[in-house]
Amino acid sequence: MARRTMEVTVGVFMLLGGLALVFLALQVSGLTPGSNGETYEVQARFNDAGGLTPRGRVSMAGVTIGRIRSIELDRNTFQARVTMDIDTAVDNIPTDSSAIIRTSGLLGEQYIDISVGVDETLMADGDVFYSTQSAMNLERLIGNFASGR
Amino acid sequence: MIDRIARIGRSGLEVARSFGRSGLFLAGVLAGFPRTSAGFALLVRQLYAIGVLSLAIIVVSGLFIGMVLALQGYTILSDYGSEDAIGQMIALTLVRELGPVVTALLFAGRAGSALTAEIGLMKATEQLSSMEMMGVDPLRQVVAPRLWGGFLAMPLLAMIFSSVGIWGGKLVGVDWLGVFEGSFWGNMQASVEFLDDVMNGVIKSIVFGFVCTWIAVFQGYDCVPTSAGISSATTKTVVYSSLAVLGLDFVLTAVMFGSF
Amino acid sequence: MASDPYITLEDVVFSRNGRPIFDGVSLSIPKGKITAIMGPSGTGKTTLLRLIGGQLKPDRGRVVVAGESVPELGRSALYRLREKMGMLFQSGALFTDLSVFENVAFPLRIHTRLPEDMIRDVVLMKLEAVGLRGARELMPAQLSGGMTRRVALARSIALDPELIMYDEPFAGQDPIAMGVLVKLIRDLNGAMGLTSVLVSHDVPESLSICHYACIVADGRVIGEGSPEQLRQHPSEQVQQFLHGYPDGPVPFHYPAPAARADWDICEVSS
Repeated sequence: MARRTMEVTVGVFMLLGGLALVFLALQVSGLTPGSNGETYEVQARFNDAGGLTPRGRVSMAGVTIGRIRSIELDRNTFQARVTMDIDTAVDNIPTDSSAIIRTSGLLGEQYIDISVGVDETLMADGDVFYSTQSAMNLERLIGNFASGR
Repeated sequence: MIDRIARIGRSGLEVARSFGRSGLFLAGVLAGFPRTSAGFALLVRQLYAIGVLSLAIIVVSGLFIGMVLALQGYTILSDYGSEDAIGQMIALTLVRELGPVVTALLFAGRAGSALTAEIGLMKATEQLSSMEMMGVDPLRQVVAPRLWGGFLAMPLLAMIFSSVGIWGGKLVGVDWLGVFEGSFWGNMQASVEFLDDVMNGVIKSIVFGFVCTWIAVFQGYDCVPTSAGISSATTKTVVYSSLAVLGLDFVLTAVMFGSF
Repeated sequence: MASDPYITLEDVVFSRNGRPIFDGVSLSIPKGKITAIMGPSGTGKTTLLRLIGGQLKPDRGRVVVAGESVPELGRSALYRLREKMGMLFQSGALFTDLSVFENVAFPLRIHTRLPEDMIRDVVLMKLEAVGLRGARELMPAQLSGGMTRRVALARSIALDPELIMYDEPFAGQDPIAMGVLVKLIRDLNGAMGLTSVLVSHDVPESLSICHYACIVADGRVIGEGSPEQLRQHPSEQVQQFLHGYPDGPVPFHYPAPAARADWDICEVSS
C-alpha cells in the first residue's frame, strides 16, 4: 500500500474517533457548549429526601434546569439538606417558589420539581427554598390510609 | 507431598519471573515513544494495521449490538410501559460497559493475535536478531510503534463502537419499533453524564488498550521461536487479554461506578 | 598464524540451560582473512557468532573484538561496535514487509543521515555487487533461497563493515547458488579487505576459500591451521569430520542403554 493512502486512511480513522467523541458528548450526554458550567447554588431542606440521588434532575415545568450536587443531613434540624446547581440561564426563580420531590412515572427515579411562586424578589446564589414538600412515601401513604388517618 | 509443594513453588517462581520479564520489557518499550519523523512513520503504519483494519469489524459488531439491545430492551421495557427509557438504557450500557469491553475483546482477537504472530514470526525468522546485529534496537524499531499504536487506537475504536451502537439502537427503537424520537434522545441526554459516563468509558478503553497490546507484543517477543511456540503464544494472547479485560472491567467498574 | 588478530576468544566457557556448550574455547581470527569455523551440527557454531556479536555473554573467559572486550560493553557501546559488524543469517532474515531495495536501505536509513538519492546510489551499488540490481522491486517472498542470501549479504555490507560473519552460508543451496556464494565471499574479502568469519559444515567449499580454519567439537577446538595443515592433521576426530566417515571417534550410535535391556532379550543358555 502506498504510504500516502495509508496516511490518509489513518487520518480519516482518527477523525472518525474525534467525531465519535463529539457525538457522545453532544448528542448522547446532551452536553451543550456555552451554558456548561455556568451555574449558581441553592439549597432546600426536606423532612424526607426519599430516593433522591446526587446528579439527579432539577426541573421546572418538566424542563431540566439543574442538577442535585449533594444530599446530606443537617445536624441541627435533623432534616436532609439538598444542594442544587441551577443553570444561570434560569436566574429568575421567585423566592417563594417551592421545591417538591416527585417521581417520574409510578416507579421511576425521583427528581426535584420547582413550583413557581409569585414573589417579586428572586433566588440568588446560596439562597434556601422557603417551602418544600418531601418525597411521597408510598408505604407511609398506604399505612395512613389503612389506619384511617 | 513435598514434591507437590516444590512443584507449586517452582511454577509460582516461573509466574513471577514472567511478570518480571514483561515489566522490564514494558519499561524498555515505553522509553521508545517515537521522537523522529521516521519513528512517526512507523507509528502511522501500525495505526493503520491495528486501527484502520479493525474498523470494519468494530463498526459491524457495534451496529448489531446496538440493534439487539434496542430489541431486547423494548420487549422488557414495554411491559412496564416505559419504552421511552430505551435510549437511556442503550446509551448507558454501551458507553459504560459494552463499548470498551466488546471492543477490547474484538481487538484482542483481531489485532492482538496478529501482533503476536507477526512479532513471533519475526523472531523465528531471525529478523529481530539481525536487527540487533545491525545495531538497531528491535524494542524501539518493532515493538514500541506497535504498543503505542494499539494504545492510541483502542479508545478511538471504543468510541466509534459506542456511537455506531447507539445509532443502531436508534434505528431499531425509533425507526422500526416506533419509540418517539424526542424522548429517545431526551431520556438519553438526561441520564448520560459526559464526565461520569462517557469519560469513564474512555478511561476504561485506554486501560484495556494498554493491557491488550502489552500482552500481545510481549507474548510475541517472548515466544518460543517455532511454529508450535508461535501458535501457543497467539492462543495465550487471546486468552490472557480476554481474562485481563473482563477482570479489569470489574475492578474499574467497582472503582468508578461502585460508590455513590 | 597471522600476527594481527581481529577477534580473540580466550578460554571461553558457555552453557545454556545448564548444558555446557563451550568448555574453554580459545581462538584468534586474523584481520583481513577468511576464517572458517567448522564442526558437526549442534556444536554451537552459531552460538560462537552470537558471542562475538555480543548477543550472548560467556560464563567465563574473554571475547575481544577490534580491541574491545565485548561482554563488558554497555548497551550503546555495543550497538556502536555492531555497526562495524555484518552478519549473514542462515535464513537470510530479510524483513518480509520491505522490498529488496528497502531491506538493503534499512541500515543506511537508521544509521546515517544520507540524502535519499545517495542512499539510492549506495543500495544499487551493493545490489550490483551481489548481481541483483535488477531485483530491487521484488519482495522477499518472491526470491529463491540463494537470492535471499545474496540480498541479505548486500544488506550486511551496506554500512561497509570491518567484519562480516556468515552463518552456514552454503546450507541447503543448489550447486550453482553455492558457487555464486563462494565467489561472492572470496571477492568481497579481496575487494573490501574485510575480516570474514565463516561458520559451516560444508567442508570442501569452506576449505576452498578460507585462509585459516578451525574445527570445533565437544565444546573445544579440536584442530586448527591452514586448510593444508588440517588435511594432514593427525587427530582421528579431525579426519573423520573432514572425510565424513560414518563411524569413528564420533560414534554412529547416540549413547543408549545396553541393547539387551531395551529389547528385553534373555540370555539363552546353551
